[in-house]
Amino acid sequence: MATVFDNAMRSGNTQQDNAVPFVAVENVHKTFGLHRVLNGVSLSVNRGETLAVLGRSGTGKSVLLRLIIGLERPDSGSVCIHGQDIAGLAIDRMGEIRKKMGYLFQHAALYDSLTVGGNVAFPMEHHRRDLSKAQRNDRVRQLLSEVGMEGDIEKMPSDISGGMQKRVGLVRALALEPEILLLDEPTAGLDPISSAEFNELILKLQRERQMASIVVTHDLHSAKAIAGRLALLNEGSVVIEGTFDDLQQSSIGFVKEFLSQ
Amino acid sequence: MSGRGFTANANLNPALPVRDNVPVRAVFGPVAGLFNGFFEWFGSLGVFTWQVVKAAVTPPFEWRELIRQLDEVGSKSFPLVVMAGAAIGVIISLEARYSLSRFGAKSMFSSTLVYSVIQVMGPVLTGLVVSGRVGAGMGAELASMKVTEQIDAIEASAINPYRLLAATRILACILMLPLLTLATDAFALLSGWFAQALVEPLSFHQFISNGFRGATFNAFLPPTFKTAVYGLIIGLIACFQGMRTSGGAAGVGRAATNSVVLASLFLILADVVMVKFILVFFS
Repeated sequence: MATVFDNAMRSGNTQQDNAVPFVAVENVHKTFGLHRVLNGVSLSVNRGETLAVLGRSGTGKSVLLRLIIGLERPDSGSVCIHGQDIAGLAIDRMGEIRKKMGYLFQHAALYDSLTVGGNVAFPMEHHRRDLSKAQRNDRVRQLLSEVGMEGDIEKMPSDISGGMQKRVGLVRALALEPEILLLDEPTAGLDPISSAEFNELILKLQRERQMASIVVTHDLHSAKAIAGRLALLNEGSVVIEGTFDDLQQSSIGFVKEFLSQ
Repeated sequence: MSGRGFTANANLNPALPVRDNVPVRAVFGPVAGLFNGFFEWFGSLGVFTWQVVKAAVTPPFEWRELIRQLDEVGSKSFPLVVMAGAAIGVIISLEARYSLSRFGAKSMFSSTLVYSVIQVMGPVLTGLVVSGRVGAGMGAELASMKVTEQIDAIEASAINPYRLLAATRILACILMLPLLTLATDAFALLSGWFAQALVEPLSFHQFISNGFRGATFNAFLPPTFKTAVYGLIIGLIACFQGMRTSGGAAGVGRAATNSVVLASLFLILADVVMVKFILVFFS
């Protein structure tokens, strides 16, 4: 049986010009008060590619994701989605771009007044009004079954574990069949087994959907497992960007120190 | 003069201590901070209001959420305003009977009760009761959503939170306040008449016909419909305080408290202006 992810692949939504990166961050600076968080960060991600952004806590990894999805604005530099600079876009125009993006929050950020099924259905209720209620419910069940949670559809977010909340958050991020997936610390707070399962799940989705993904994490094992390319942030700047082997062969002190942890 | 020259000159007078402006800052610093905070708050409120207005007048409209909020603000506040109205009706009835008796004006009882309830007490009481119940509820709910990133999640899902969360709540307050005021007025008059009827015979028909004798729509409609402005104030302040909060559980508590305090304060201040406005244009 074809999954919803297979259907998305066939829908033609992902047929973008490969010459333009799906996400391009160019020389971005961001300061909060007197604290400079990002200091000239440049990154790009293409279709089917997964970039892991690594770094110590407080180095601006999550801020980078929030800039990409437009929840924050850069002080200078540009963030382009499919070649379009999103700086200064009105909230509704930004909404059109966000429909192509999925975001998994670090703490899942599920709507606590809605059930698990309600959380997954929420984006579809607003953007897929062409679907009937029955069709929407079918899609919700199908999406939840992809992460093994079809039996929890009526549960409230407070009644499920942190790992399950993350899975629901991931499914909600995938509900609109995004072309770009942003994952903020997807394995943080999970036990090693759940963490490995979550990595497997992300890899499976990547294979099936060929999205451009950016994964923010300080979990080196997770980054190595799911990303083809890694970027290491320190004090708001990219210290090194490349494959895991590139990082291992680096002679930069901070890179060696980070990998040795 | 170059900066270097200035520095050199300053160094020529080592006996003169560098003036410490700490006492000046100690006096004016907090005042300046207060002023900055005051203007920053109003500036942010202006930007917030503009975002809400833009979201409210452009499709898609969030009808389902609006209906849910109408229920939340209207039906769920109904028992509270009815009880408050009934209580205030009895209080005015008791006070009016005593005061009017002292001046030999007992015949004015019905109209005193009707006018004081409909023109003054009903609207203000409804505004303050709804401000307490709905303002605190909205402020705390939105603040809780804000600190747990649920509002960010709504925005990340390509949904305009000003349209979904703020515009619907504010509109529900604007639409429901006049209706709730009518309920408060009705129960205040009913209980006021009942309290009077227990002491001396007074039929309800007689009470109403005496109370509304010579009354015009202009005497009653503006005070009732001015509560739509109260609704705007309550909804706007509560949504604004809730959606801009930060700082975890303490922030949620602060947002709820500030919503009630500020909404009640602005409501009373607005009433001063509106009473004058109504007297000038509708009397």
